[in-house]
Amino acid sequence: MSNHRAGTDPDHPAESATGARAVPSVEDLSRMSHRELEQLGLRLDDTEVHVLSEPPPPGSIAEKRAERQVALAFGLATAFAFAFVVVFWGAGWFLPDWEYRIDGPLFGALFTPLLGLTMGGALLFLGVGIVLWIKKLMPHEVAVQQRHDGPSPPVDARTAGSTIMAGFDRTGFTRHKIVRRSLLGAAGALGLLAVMPLGGLIKSPDRRDELFHTSWGEGIRLLRDDGTPIRPSDMQPGSLETVFPAVEGGNRQADAATMLIRLRREQVEDIQPAAGQEDFGYEDYLAFSKICTHAGCPVSLYEQETGRILCPCHQSQFDVTRNASPAFGPAARPLPQLPIEVDEEGYFVARGDYPEPVGPSFWNREKS
Amino acid sequence: MSAPTVPPRSPSPAESSATAPVTTVGRMAVELDERMTFSPWLRRTLNKVYPEHWSFLLGEIALYSFVVLLLTGTYLTLFFDATMQEVVYEGSYAPLRGVEMSGAYASSLDISFDVRGGLLMRQIHHWAALLFVAAIFVHMMRIFFTGAFRKPREANWTIGILLLVLATLEGFTGYSLPDDLLSGTGLRIASAIVLSVPVIGTWGQYAVFGGEFPGDDIIGRFYIAHVLLIPGILLILISVHLLLVVKQKHTQFPGPGKSESNVLGHRFYPVFMANGGSLFMVVFAVVAALGGLVQMNPIWLYGPYNPAQVSSGSQPDWYVGFLDGSTRLFPDWDISIFGYQIPAIFWPTAVLPGVLVTLLLLYPLIERKLTKDTARHNLLQRPRDVPVRTSLGMMVITFYMILWISGGNDLIADKFNISLNAMTWIGRIGLIVLPPIVYMVTYRLCLGLQRHDRKVLEHGIETGIIRRLPSGEFIEVHQPLGPVDEHGHGLLQYGGAPIPKKMNTLGTGGRRVRGFFTPIEEPPARSEREQPELSGRPSDERP
Repeated sequence: MSNHRAGTDPDHPAESATGARAVPSVEDLSRMSHRELEQLGLRLDDTEVHVLSEPPPPGSIAEKRAERQVALAFGLATAFAFAFVVVFWGAGWFLPDWEYRIDGPLFGALFTPLLGLTMGGALLFLGVGIVLWIKKLMPHEVAVQQRHDGPSPPVDARTAGSTIMAGFDRTGFTRHKIVRRSLLGAAGALGLLAVMPLGGLIKSPDRRDELFHTSWGEGIRLLRDDGTPIRPSDMQPGSLETVFPAVEGGNRQADAATMLIRLRREQVEDIQPAAGQEDFGYEDYLAFSKICTHAGCPVSLYEQETGRILCPCHQSQFDVTRNASPAFGPAARPLPQLPIEVDEEGYFVARGDYPEPVGPSFWNREKS
Repeated sequence: MSAPTVPPRSPSPAESSATAPVTTVGRMAVELDERMTFSPWLRRTLNKVYPEHWSFLLGEIALYSFVVLLLTGTYLTLFFDATMQEVVYEGSYAPLRGVEMSGAYASSLDISFDVRGGLLMRQIHHWAALLFVAAIFVHMMRIFFTGAFRKPREANWTIGILLLVLATLEGFTGYSLPDDLLSGTGLRIASAIVLSVPVIGTWGQYAVFGGEFPGDDIIGRFYIAHVLLIPGILLILISVHLLLVVKQKHTQFPGPGKSESNVLGHRFYPVFMANGGSLFMVVFAVVAALGGLVQMNPIWLYGPYNPAQVSSGSQPDWYVGFLDGSTRLFPDWDISIFGYQIPAIFWPTAVLPGVLVTLLLLYPLIERKLTKDTARHNLLQRPRDVPVRTSLGMMVITFYMILWISGGNDLIADKFNISLNAMTWIGRIGLIVLPPIVYMVTYRLCLGLQRHDRKVLEHGIETGIIRRLPSGEFIEVHQPLGPVDEHGHGLLQYGGAPIPKKMNTLGTGGRRVRGFFTPIEEPPARSEREQPELSGRPSDERP
């Protein structure tokens, strides 16, 4: 059975078949019925089919019932499909408008659910109908087929391998040293050429120093999202305000968002500023970068009781009175502190940029 | 005996040839065959036998979800505008009217509110994506636990793992496209992960995002990756995956009549084909109903992306959740070498998935090396029969599940009133302690199940019938499953197939009474004589 797949020509397995797989003559074939030809095909494909049970006999009550069940499923599929068309097309025509409006008509809120329901129903009953058909109206069979896996017949394997070797030999690739080397050189150069266009993606991150600076700078006002400046008297103790630099598009810059926090009176005594940053705050006000030093999410949840800031992405917690150093979670560095003061008009301004890069760490963060 | 496709014009086979085509389709087929010679291939394909088992449908579910994704995804591209250009929203969703947002977000809102049926399509697309990755996952577990990846199917295992990785990437890029507050936060974290790569991190950030986060390029780049690049590769790999299944023929579970050299099931035509078609309909029906009835990713509630805002309870799609969890659990171990930084986030988000995928890719090789099993296998294994592999798999699943649950540990802490810090520590400790425990428990369970199989083969099924011997001793009568030796011990050897362990699985319970909710027929009367013949001697050894 080793070269069983009639060997060498898979498109004409019958031609070299022998014994039980012998092929009848064309006249014999012409005399055979479809069922006989099907059986012959199964034999040629090494498959036996065993009928486990026949469907109900034609005209029987059981067959009629099965037919009705299948037809009911297909009928329901048809009904649901039509319902989909009616809902989809009829909306805004003889049905109310489909557009959803807050506090608008109920149909707007039901439009998408109705579409899903009718589409799902149509598809589901089509599938159910097919399953019922197979189970109730087709003979239950089991087919057994021989696998014929494993390596190719030796004659094929050997000849194929030798074809490759002989052809390769004829090219003289090993003999013509200079041809070989120049081709390899060309292949290398073309490979290089092919990847070059990707260079368009490459930009130096160091050229403009963006990663190390924000648009904060000396005298730049702290603005709310709506563009209004803030006075020290504007905020309650224990409150937090997200502020942006007073520059064009400052409130859309991903690295500029800053938290201005007014401490409660009893917290002020606990302040432990970082070395060299003792004067960064203004009275009971401190300003920290809002961008988490872990993954860059905005640290948004401020619990004034404990003076902790929580990042909702990965739950790093920062202690406001201890220089916003991490108190728990995966963040390793404190939130950078923005030095602030009050200008002559009484509004908060920055005294300069952040002293270190804000946001997540990177390889050469310390090498600015 | 005439076939149904031909009018009954030739009652006698001798009278006219059954092979001469009578219908137009038949004549066209002959014309085509004269030019293409496709008959041998066609007959073999139609006659090809596919084995059946519910677990073989898992891969099909993934395939059909992919088809749904292609259909709905193409529809969405007709309306989506992948630009980060700021526009002022003027659509019909009142709460966001007048708000500045990216064109991508505005067009996503338009799809949801101003395209008829657009919300349905968007939601079907998202549900189908969740199902696609889930089906791939469960399919992979089936392949793993039954040993279907062994020779000769290692290549298809490799392709499957690549499909899993690509499906995850495809999901993440698609999820990022609407540029809402939630997906933007995901992109922010992705940027931090790229930045964290040693040496080339900042260069990677500038190559992917075109500058500092967020830049203006990322949505456009993700879009082309999502609609062309990744789906194209997926399509090619899925095709090769399926062609290999057809070429190598499907594996099957051991059982009566089945062997390494045959395959037992249904022919492709018509039953297998019809079964596949019906499953496609049901899968499509489920995602269509979900897409219409169950809200998915209500982007209009999140608002446009704003780097200064985030909402609590920000969770990614489920298949990214384990990375979120690993990021939450990994300690704050920033490493500094000569003043250069390797941020802590690098390990749980770049190294961990890399290691997991590498292990998965190499697993067939590793197992082959360790077991020295180089034979070809077409028969599947029951997980209990390979305790080491099963336990390893359960160990990895435990590891994964702890990470996955930790991805939502803030929600659990909130809903169950547990300290968030406690949840983090439970995750950290669980990640180290639980997998080995699960390994040992699974191993013992496998051995126990194996022993029970052998016990039933040796002593027979417990009948529940107690017999009193003349000596006064009480014994339970066991029903042997086959011939027994002089001690009453069964002679059958374990062959890798399930062993019947209850009397009614042998058919002693009688026929099932018909009726769905209530019986619609009288149960057939059973006389004492119809009781099964308790052949063989009661086993004299207490198991």
